[in-house]
Amino acid sequence: MSTKLVIGLDGHSSGERALEFAKTLAGQIGACELLVVYVIEWSPYSFQTAEENAQRHKRREEEISTAQDRVVTPAIKKLTDGGLSATGKVRHGNVADTLNDIAKETGAAQIIVGRSTESGLSKRIFGSSTANLVMEASVPVTVVN
Amino acid sequence: MKRFNQAAASAALLAATAGPALAQEAQSLDARVNAAFAAATGPFVSFIFAPLPGTAFPWIVMWLVVAATIFTIYFGFVQFRFFSHAIALVKGDYSDPNDAGEVSHFQALATALSGTVGLGNIAGVAVAVGIGGPGATFWMILAGLLGMASKFTECTLGVKYRNEYPDGTVSGGPMYYISKGFTELGLPGGKILAVLFSVFCILGALGGGNMFQANQAHAQIQGVLGFEFSGLITGFIFAFIVFVVIVGGVKSIAAVTEKIVPFMGILYVGAALIILIVNYDKIGWAFGQIFGGAFTGLGVAGGMVGALIQGFKRAAFSNEAGVGSAAIAHSAVKTKEPITEGFVSLLEPLIDTVVICTMTALVIVISQQLIIDPATGNYVLNEAGTAIATVDGNSGVSLTSAAFGSGISWFPYVLAIAVVLFAFSTMISWSYYGLKAWTYLFGEGKTSELVFKLIFCVFIVIGAAASLGPVIDFSDAAIFAMAVVNIFCLYFLMKLVKTELASYAARLNSGEIKKFEH
Repeated sequence: MSTKLVIGLDGHSSGERALEFAKTLAGQIGACELLVVYVIEWSPYSFQTAEENAQRHKRREEEISTAQDRVVTPAIKKLTDGGLSATGKVRHGNVADTLNDIAKETGAAQIIVGRSTESGLSKRIFGSSTANLVMEASVPVTVVN
Repeated sequence: MKRFNQAAASAALLAATAGPALAQEAQSLDARVNAAFAAATGPFVSFIFAPLPGTAFPWIVMWLVVAATIFTIYFGFVQFRFFSHAIALVKGDYSDPNDAGEVSHFQALATALSGTVGLGNIAGVAVAVGIGGPGATFWMILAGLLGMASKFTECTLGVKYRNEYPDGTVSGGPMYYISKGFTELGLPGGKILAVLFSVFCILGALGGGNMFQANQAHAQIQGVLGFEFSGLITGFIFAFIVFVVIVGGVKSIAAVTEKIVPFMGILYVGAALIILIVNYDKIGWAFGQIFGGAFTGLGVAGGMVGALIQGFKRAAFSNEAGVGSAAIAHSAVKTKEPITEGFVSLLEPLIDTVVICTMTALVIVISQQLIIDPATGNYVLNEAGTAIATVDGNSGVSLTSAAFGSGISWFPYVLAIAVVLFAFSTMISWSYYGLKAWTYLFGEGKTSELVFKLIFCVFIVIGAAASLGPVIDFSDAAIFAMAVVNIFCLYFLMKLVKTELASYAARLNSGEIKKFEH
């Protein structure tokens, strides 16, 4: 049975480094399935106007296709070009929870993420996605600097 | 809805200002416009708010309460049977994680609530308790509980018969379920009724959902600043902000408001709770007043019936159950089961009326702003004999403000900000309801939408600048005219909801519909 690795990307350079690391790691393990995940930060408890609600479905489709085109598809290409087996996924939700849920669903051996790029007040109050993931994850997490 | 100035009072005011004030040409022009408008719309307004023969009970209030009772019985007390299920839906227990990013039940509920929670909860309740006494609260709660079934019915239909366009956007509301539902049932006249509803919805959006809000917000700002200035200033500022949100698409302003409004709501209920906790020894007494007053009136004008009329009226005007506006707001949710949105929406009258309105009423009663005759235990009426005398002669929003101020001295300032923000969020919500009715009549399209949005902004300025009693009476009448058309149609369409309810309940009991692991 092959090992499954979940790679969490955020569209920044740290995500790129996580991708490189996963590539190297997968090369060392051998039979590996890589799942590239991009999580769009979203909360079902945010407040929206009626008009935003009416257009939400359309916006969601646009967000997903943008993330797919700009981040996930190029990452998959990079991995498959290196002779690895890779698939991708774009989801909405809390970054840490969603990555953990996907890892559980797919039976992944570990999650690889870049160091978080959040800064400022929200990080001080709520912590970063990476720190939250490390604390909550049910599988081992590798944080790439 | 938020209507507490009687046609008679405004007519008297009109007569006073329409006198030979030649020096004030602008005012007399204003008065002439008012008079002409009042004459043109008077019969319609009088018809909507006409009392039942031999009583002071407006038939429209009876229309709403009777409908709510019928829906409650027809759906077997759905508001109680599915109450915990509604909470579970809002929490997202039944939401598929693969649908994350779509409009959640919570969001649809919050959006609809921001359109109904407003001046009615703060000022309207004070009017109801001021005239009908504490007993009005009892009838208000009862009407709120019954209204939950009306919301359930209209919002289920709103989602079931909404239009979904190829680009992924949606449009829904009574105009869609009336025309599609009637066609499905093979009934004639659906299209005409839908058009009629849309016309009333546009008028209601421009009036009660716009001019009245702007007008009251201006009054509040003046009250806090302590000096009078032209409503044009407030009107232009409001119109500009609304313009950049609905025309300019500056979502950040709307987003900020949508975040502050719930916070204000929580702050309001929190402040009320603090006052109640501090006065915990009086809570038993206050409920005694509420229950006692409900059946005896405790000396208020009209006795028990007076209390009942005020309570029913306030609940109906505040939570808009049966009006059809919430069905427009709720139809955006992504769900495979339209009825789930019905369950969620039934929480709205509960939050709006049973919780927030009751809090206001309790604070007013406990703060003892209403004067009681120590000898009889009954309330003392004011000189005119129309309302209960208050400590400082306050009524309406100033009574609420004084009641909160007696517990928390600085709270009236917070209240003033809350009133302005509630007015703004109500305007944003109603601009959308009006727009949906407009596009139903004139077609979807950028130009058609822009025309309505511009008209909407112009009416904000007019609403803030003028004391347009007759116009506001007319627009409130239009909102209730929406309820006449909507509820009439709901009686025909309710069997469609019953089929949905039976099917859903069966699948929920069999375990076919289950919670998702989160």
